[in-house]
Amino acid sequence: MNTETVKTTNTATEKTVRISGSEAIIKCLLAEGVEILYGYPGGAIMPVYDELYKYRDKIHHVLARHEQGAAHAAQGYARISGKVGVAMATSGPGATNLITGIADAQIDSTPLVCITGQVSSHLLGSDAFQETDIVGISTPVTKWNVQVTKASDIPEVIAKAFYLAKSGRPGPVLIDITKDAQFEEFDFKYEKCTSVRSYKAVCKTNHAAVKDAADLINSAKKPMIVWGQGVILGKAEEELKTVIEKAGIPAAWTILGASAVPTEHPLNIGMVGMHGNYAPNMLTNECDVLIAIGMRFDDRVTGNLATYAKQAKVIHFEIDPAEINKIVKTDVAVLGDAKSSLTALIPLLEEKSYPEWHQKFKDLYAIEFEKVIKGDIHPTKGGLTMGEVLNQINIESKGDAAIVSDVGQHQMIACRYAKFNKTKSNITSGGLGTMGFALPAAIGAKMAAPERDVVAVIGDGGFQMNIQELGTIFQQKVPVKIVILNNEFLGMVRQWQQLFFDKRYASTEMTNPDFVAIAKGYYLEAKKITKREELADAVAEMMACEGAYLLEVCVEKEDNVFPMIPTGASVSEIRLS
Amino acid sequence: MEDTINTYTISIYTENNIGLLNRISAIFQRRHINIESINTSISEIEGVSRFTIVVNLKEERMKKIIGQIEKQVEVIKAYYHTDEETIYQESCMFKLKSDLLFEEREIQNIIRDSNARIIHVNKEFFVLEKSGKRNEIEQLYRDFSAYGIMQFVRSGRIAVTKQEMKISQMLVAFN
Repeated sequence: MNTETVKTTNTATEKTVRISGSEAIIKCLLAEGVEILYGYPGGAIMPVYDELYKYRDKIHHVLARHEQGAAHAAQGYARISGKVGVAMATSGPGATNLITGIADAQIDSTPLVCITGQVSSHLLGSDAFQETDIVGISTPVTKWNVQVTKASDIPEVIAKAFYLAKSGRPGPVLIDITKDAQFEEFDFKYEKCTSVRSYKAVCKTNHAAVKDAADLINSAKKPMIVWGQGVILGKAEEELKTVIEKAGIPAAWTILGASAVPTEHPLNIGMVGMHGNYAPNMLTNECDVLIAIGMRFDDRVTGNLATYAKQAKVIHFEIDPAEINKIVKTDVAVLGDAKSSLTALIPLLEEKSYPEWHQKFKDLYAIEFEKVIKGDIHPTKGGLTMGEVLNQINIESKGDAAIVSDVGQHQMIACRYAKFNKTKSNITSGGLGTMGFALPAAIGAKMAAPERDVVAVIGDGGFQMNIQELGTIFQQKVPVKIVILNNEFLGMVRQWQQLFFDKRYASTEMTNPDFVAIAKGYYLEAKKITKREELADAVAEMMACEGAYLLEVCVEKEDNVFPMIPTGASVSEIRLS
Repeated sequence: MEDTINTYTISIYTENNIGLLNRISAIFQRRHINIESINTSISEIEGVSRFTIVVNLKEERMKKIIGQIEKQVEVIKAYYHTDEETIYQESCMFKLKSDLLFEEREIQNIIRDSNARIIHVNKEFFVLEKSGKRNEIEQLYRDFSAYGIMQFVRSGRIAVTKQEMKISQMLVAFN
C-alpha cells in the first residue's frame, strides 16, 4: 500500500500489539463500531471465525443459511440504520454467492463492507480448491475492491473500506483476504481513514449554482419536485420538508425515496414511475420547472426519454457528478450532498404556494382513486387484493412500521399503499430488482432497529428464492412479521404476458408448497387466510405476536397493478386500466 | 460535433494499484464500446500511473464515459482530447529476412525514406523499429508486405496534450 495516498487519524488504538491478521480484522471491525455482521463460515475464512468465537461477547455474528441471505441481511441493516452493513463469506462459492447482494447494493447505493476469505497466496491462480477470482468477478459491482495478501495491510485496507463504503455516494466494498494473511502475525495499530487522495467524496456546495436554482424555482409557475434516496442517504429529510413547505411545491418520490417525507404530508403527491401515481406522472409533462433531488432518472421513472419533461427546465441536486446529464439534460446542476445543498437553498427561496397547480394533482388523484385505488384497497367483491392487505397493515401499524418488500406486483402495491411516518421505512430492491431480497433484508432491518415493527411483504415467488433464511429467523429469534401475498403466479411477469404476450403464461404459474407447514417446520407462528372477513383479525394477530410470524394471504390470482406506463411509452401515456 | 463519431484520446491519471486496468476496461466493455488501443505507463508525477486509451465515440457519449471513469475511487483525473489537441505517436516493429537487406535494393530505400531504425541484425533476420502516425506505419506495412513480413507488432497510441492538464496541482492540494 502506498501510505501517502490515504489520510488517517489515530482514534482507535495507540500502541501497537502483535496479533494475527484474523484477530486484526475483528479489532478493525470493532474500531469501526460494528456490532453485528452476517456471514457463513468455510475453509478459507476459518481463522477469522476462530477469532469471532473468541470475541463473541463483543461482536455478534449472524449465521445466514446462504451467503446471498447474509449480503441482503447486511443491506437491510444498512438501509434502516444508515450504518455500514457487514457480510462475510469464505472463498469460491461463498464469495460468488454474495455477488447478487453486492450488485444490489451497488445500484441502490447501499454502504456495505464484504470480507471474503481467499486461498493462501502461494495457491493464487493454481485452481486451488474453492479458489475463485472474486476481485475480478466483483469489480463491476463494487465501489472499490482489493485483495490482501499481507497481514500488515489489513488495518489500512479495512479503514479505507469503511470510509469509501459510507462516504460520498455510498456503495459496496469487497476485501478478499488470503488465508496466510489471516494467520500471519504483525504489529497492529488502527487508524481510521479520513480521506483518499484519488477520491473526492463530496463536492463543496457551489453557491452560484444554488442561486441559479433558487432563481428558477422562485420564477416558476408550475414547479414540481421529484426526490430520491439521496435525501435519505444524505440525512436531508428535514431540509427537504422545509423546501417543500416554504416554496409550496408539490413533491413526488422515487421508489427508494419513499418515506423521506411522511406519506400524509399535504404536499406529498405520491410516487413517480412505471407503477407510480397518476398525477405526478401526468404532470411531469406539464410542470415548468422540474426539481430533481438525489435521484438518477432511472428508466422506470422516466419512461420514454424523448417525451420526458421536455417542456420543463430541469434542476438536478446530486452528489455524484457522473449522474449529471447522464440521462436527462440539466439546466442547473447543483453538485453536493443533499443536506448542504438544500440548506444553502432554503434562505433563497420565496415563500409561495400554487393552489391552482396543486389542485391539478388533487383532481388527477381523484380520478386515480375512482379508477384504481378504491378497488385496490376497499374491494367489495372477488378475492382478497394485495392493496387491502397493505391497507390493513397500515391500520395496525398506524404508519410506524418499516415495510420490507421483495420484487414484483406486491412490491409496487406495497410502495404505492404503505403509509410511512418515519424515514428509512421503505426497504426494497429498487435498481437491481432482486427477487429474494426481502426475507433476509427484513432480518437485518429488524436486528438494526429492534424497537421498530418490521413487516416483510413478499410474493410467493420471491419468498421461495431465499426461503432458507427462515432458519436464520428461527435461530436468531428475530421477531419479523412476514406477509406472503400468494397469487400462485410470478405476478408481474404474468401481468406483462397478459398485456403484451397475448396471455401466453410461459412458466409463471406456481404450484406452491404449504407455506404455513414450512414456517411451522422452523417453529415459527404461522397462519393462512383466504377470505376478506379473516383479514383484519389475522393482521392484528400477526402484529401483536411477540416473535416472528408468517401470514400467508391468498389473493386474487390474476389482478394487475395499475396505473402503468408501458415500456417505451411516455409518462403522460400512463394507463389506469 | 456532438452527433458525429470522433476519435478521442483519453488520458487517465491513477494510483498504481492492481486491478485498476480491469476496472477501467470494464467501463467500456459494459457499454459495448471497442477500445482501439490502450497503453499504461508511469506519468510525470512520481507514483501516479497514466492510461492512454483511444476510442471512437460521439462526444456526448465520451463525456459520460469520462464521468464513469472519474467515479472510480483510484482514478485521480481523466481527460479526453481530439487528435488536433494532442501530439501522438505509435510504435511498431517488423521482423524481416536478412537476405532482403542485401538482395533487394528497394528495401534500403524504404528504410531510409521512412525514418525507420534497424535495431537488431543477425544472419537470419533483422528488426526494424518505426515510430510515427498510424498512416505512416500502415504505409510501411504495405511496402514490406510484398517482400514477406516474418513478424509485425504495433503499440497502442501514446499522446501528450498541447494544453496543460492540471493534474499536479490537484495532488499538491491533497498533500
